[in-house]
Amino acid sequence: MDAESLLLSLELASGSGQGLSPDRRASLLTSLMLVKRDYRYDRVLFWGRILGLVADYYIAQGLSEDQLAPRKTLYSLNCMEWSLLPPATEEMAMQTSVVKGRFMGDPSHEYEHTQLQKVHKGEKVFEEEVVVQIKEETRLVSIIDQIDKAVAVIPRGALFKTPFGPIHVNRTFEGLSLSEAKKLSSYFHFREPVELKNKTLLEKADLDPSLDFLDSLEHDIPKGSWSIQMERGNALVVLRSLLWPGLTFYHAPRTKNCGYIYVGTVNLVCSVLLLPLISTSIWYPGSEERTTELEEPALKQVAEGWNVLMREMMVGGNGSGR
Amino acid sequence: MEDLTSLKQEKENEEPEETGQPWQEMAASSQDPEPGLSEPRESEQRPETGSQPRSSPPQSPHSRASTALGDLTGPGTPSPPSFPQESFSTPSLPALARQDIGSPWQSDTTTNVIPEAGTVHSGHLEQSSDKGELTPHQTCQSEGNTFQQSQQTKHHVHGPKDVSYNNSKQKELRFDIFREEDSNSNADLDQPEPGASEVPPSMLEIAIQNAKAYLLKTSSKSGLNTYDHLSNMLSKILDEHPENVVDIIENISQDVKMAHFSKKLDTLQDECEMLPIYEIAEKQKALFLQGNLEGADQELEDEIAETSLPNVMESAFYFEQAGVGLGTDETYRIFLALKQLTDTHPIQRCRFWGKILGLEMNYIVAEVEFREGEDEEELEEEDVTEERDNGNSDADEDELPKSFYKAPQAIPKEESRTGANKYVYFVCNEPGRPWVKLPSVTPAQIVIARKIKKFFTGRLDTPIVSYPPFPGNESNYLRAQIARISAGTHVSPLGFYQFGEEEGEEEEEVEGGRESFEENPDFEGVRVIDLVESLSNWVHHVQHILPQGRCNWFNPIQKSEEEEEEEDEEKEEEEKGEEPDYIEQEVGPPLLTPISEDLEIQNIPPWTTRLSSHLIPQYAVAVLRSNLWPGACAFSNGKKFENFYIGWGHKYSPDSYTPPAPPSIYQEYPSGPEITEMDDPSVEEEQAFRAAQEAAVLPAEENEETEEEEDEEDDYD
Repeated sequence: MDAESLLLSLELASGSGQGLSPDRRASLLTSLMLVKRDYRYDRVLFWGRILGLVADYYIAQGLSEDQLAPRKTLYSLNCMEWSLLPPATEEMAMQTSVVKGRFMGDPSHEYEHTQLQKVHKGEKVFEEEVVVQIKEETRLVSIIDQIDKAVAVIPRGALFKTPFGPIHVNRTFEGLSLSEAKKLSSYFHFREPVELKNKTLLEKADLDPSLDFLDSLEHDIPKGSWSIQMERGNALVVLRSLLWPGLTFYHAPRTKNCGYIYVGTVNLVCSVLLLPLISTSIWYPGSEERTTELEEPALKQVAEGWNVLMREMMVGGNGSGR
Repeated sequence: MEDLTSLKQEKENEEPEETGQPWQEMAASSQDPEPGLSEPRESEQRPETGSQPRSSPPQSPHSRASTALGDLTGPGTPSPPSFPQESFSTPSLPALARQDIGSPWQSDTTTNVIPEAGTVHSGHLEQSSDKGELTPHQTCQSEGNTFQQSQQTKHHVHGPKDVSYNNSKQKELRFDIFREEDSNSNADLDQPEPGASEVPPSMLEIAIQNAKAYLLKTSSKSGLNTYDHLSNMLSKILDEHPENVVDIIENISQDVKMAHFSKKLDTLQDECEMLPIYEIAEKQKALFLQGNLEGADQELEDEIAETSLPNVMESAFYFEQAGVGLGTDETYRIFLALKQLTDTHPIQRCRFWGKILGLEMNYIVAEVEFREGEDEEELEEEDVTEERDNGNSDADEDELPKSFYKAPQAIPKEESRTGANKYVYFVCNEPGRPWVKLPSVTPAQIVIARKIKKFFTGRLDTPIVSYPPFPGNESNYLRAQIARISAGTHVSPLGFYQFGEEEGEEEEEVEGGRESFEENPDFEGVRVIDLVESLSNWVHHVQHILPQGRCNWFNPIQKSEEEEEEEDEEKEEEEKGEEPDYIEQEVGPPLLTPISEDLEIQNIPPWTTRLSSHLIPQYAVAVLRSNLWPGACAFSNGKKFENFYIGWGHKYSPDSYTPPAPPSIYQEYPSGPEITEMDDPSVEEEQAFRAAQEAAVLPAEENEETEEEEDEEDDYD
């Protein structure tokens, strides 16, 4: 959500129950203003809040003139002093993917993870346990990046692409119409497009190059990973991500007000939980002729792993002779 | 001033000249078919051949004018002007433009339109177009001669034609007139040209060119330019003819810009789309009016005296300090909805329990306690219907083979007002919509609900498709989750509640913890700092749910004995032998146990305490957040406390949820010699068998021949 319209935005997003206390709100309004000046950002977004066990991280993002350029991420523990986070890298994501559980609320906290590493000694290969220490700050960077890439949302038309390439805020954006607001296809991922390049020419034919330059939520995998609701009669549309519970996107149709906020414990919901929503048939005894309807390889792996597990248990069950 | 502009002019000319060339040719070719206009052509040729340095300016403006034309007709512009029209109209327009201003016999539309168009121009253009008329006549005599002559000749040549043009092509007119700027500028540029070889162009014209060049500047952000935008605006105005244009000119400007980003959609729009807004507003209006309906003062006093309504707004205020809770507006609507609930039902105590998010709609949950003896009827009815269902299913299954599987005895649900069914819960999707009472929870539902994880949809009658199968639909699942969340997260400061001093208390204690508690009238409050620093100052005031699914342990064996006694005493003994003699009683922590004794979740503490504000700690409240049930939260300012839940209704688990594996398959039959398939005997074996049989039978046959015959007869009967 835009830092400038923070109060209104929080009010609109309050349906998910995660607001800010008055003192936090007041300090954010003050400090983000200074952040904007000091870092010379074009726009400052209040990104959200990651709930830790000891303290919470408050996250803000700075945008440059080109809205889709890599965003600078800042965090703060007291909403006043902001520190800049380094940009996320692939390596970080790999490194932190082993860490589970909640954040502590202390950026210098180190998670310990034991890994098996192969050590060559002469001709023999030993497996040794190596303790890897991962800083919470690294995990924070990586998690924010993951959430941003997975579920940051912007309505269609709020940004437009100029013929020269940079992406600007569409000053004439007056909000989605009611019928558009109810469709997932009217919302885009607020990140560099990934799926767009894989589209066929036929699919691209209807796209407006100045507006449809991002991936829409419509074809998100797994299907049904968004809950779209009309609240307050039809005066507010709220999208909640089921993949990252805690992310709320709000938009008041026919107004410019839109934005997203993440307030949560950083707990990725496993795709299996969403499986019943995506009309999948899971293997069970005597159903081998049935195939899964999954499209994404990652999901297939999950389902296959699940199937293997069940088969093993079947075999174990028969063996025991009960 | 003039010198400055001319300098600028020359600078600017250098660039467009190159780009202008192709367009120049285009314009020239398009003008060719027009017989009366030879000047433009001459003017173009003249600068090229002319030796005077002064002659270069006229060329470039012209070329620029034509570029403007080109821009307008280019693919980038939204209004689709067609080339043929233009080639026809543009050359004639110079003349038309002259006439528009000077001649009164023009049709209304044109006269109306042109002054408007003129006013929309920036100050430069307006001035210059006016001056273009006036100054040559009056001030610049030297120029004036040739200028006026050419003008007049034009009048004569094109006058009649233009009239016919106006009459016949009314439609195109509108289109063409907004192009009047172009034509104007064309005209302005063209006219001095006959004399250009003799007289230098006035500074005025250069100023016009400057202004126009400025307007044609493309924005570096959006790629638009003012000139095109203005002409688009004018065309829109002329197309649509709105009333009082000047009042809405800003909006028109915005609409034109927005048109770049919107596809041309169907003009039919659903008006009924707005209906849900009105519908919910209508419903909520009833909430606001409910106070007025009961007008009597007497009632009002009574109401204030003994109200079951909680002060939702006060708790909401404290929760806001804690950084949780719904918006003020929504809370107030819920407050009103709760009032409606307490007014329409015999409710002794009511509480806003929280909100559960769903996929399509959300649930607002109210926790109520009925007044003594007023909720019994409904519960009995439910039981009756359940029994009926069982009877029907038995009748249907009569003809089918019966399964020998005997389900373990179902654990009966707890009576209302006890254990997990202590309170009754009402839910509604949105304040103003009807409150629906949730059915009471059964132990089986709680047990299964622990094993599954489902998102709520928002519709109570949704079937829960899960493994292990859940007994009931979403309303049952919701009720089970509410029971679990309440049991896990409802806490109060130590000392706020105390055990009731009733008779027979000791007996209860022996059986498994006391059930009842009451508010401690002597409660003096706990310091907020203590609440934050020590978890032992918080206690659970909702009973722990045992693994069995009940709060008070139920012994399945004992119960079965009682039932069997009524039916058959002998059977009882047999069954008793089959079942284990003794099941260990499940014991949970007693009521009002400090939360510091809660178990950790894989090294994660189950609760997080916080002071709501570190800036002004004197007046801050203690905030307690559950890590086991994300979304559950409690506050206390030392004396008051409240619990609240908002979330998806899911328990936290560090590992991703995996559904339990199905149980192993039952064996179909005991394998033994009777059923095992054997190899067919070979011929040799058969013969050997027969020989052996015959050998054995023959001696006997002789003795008992008569009997055998009888036997055979029997067989063949």
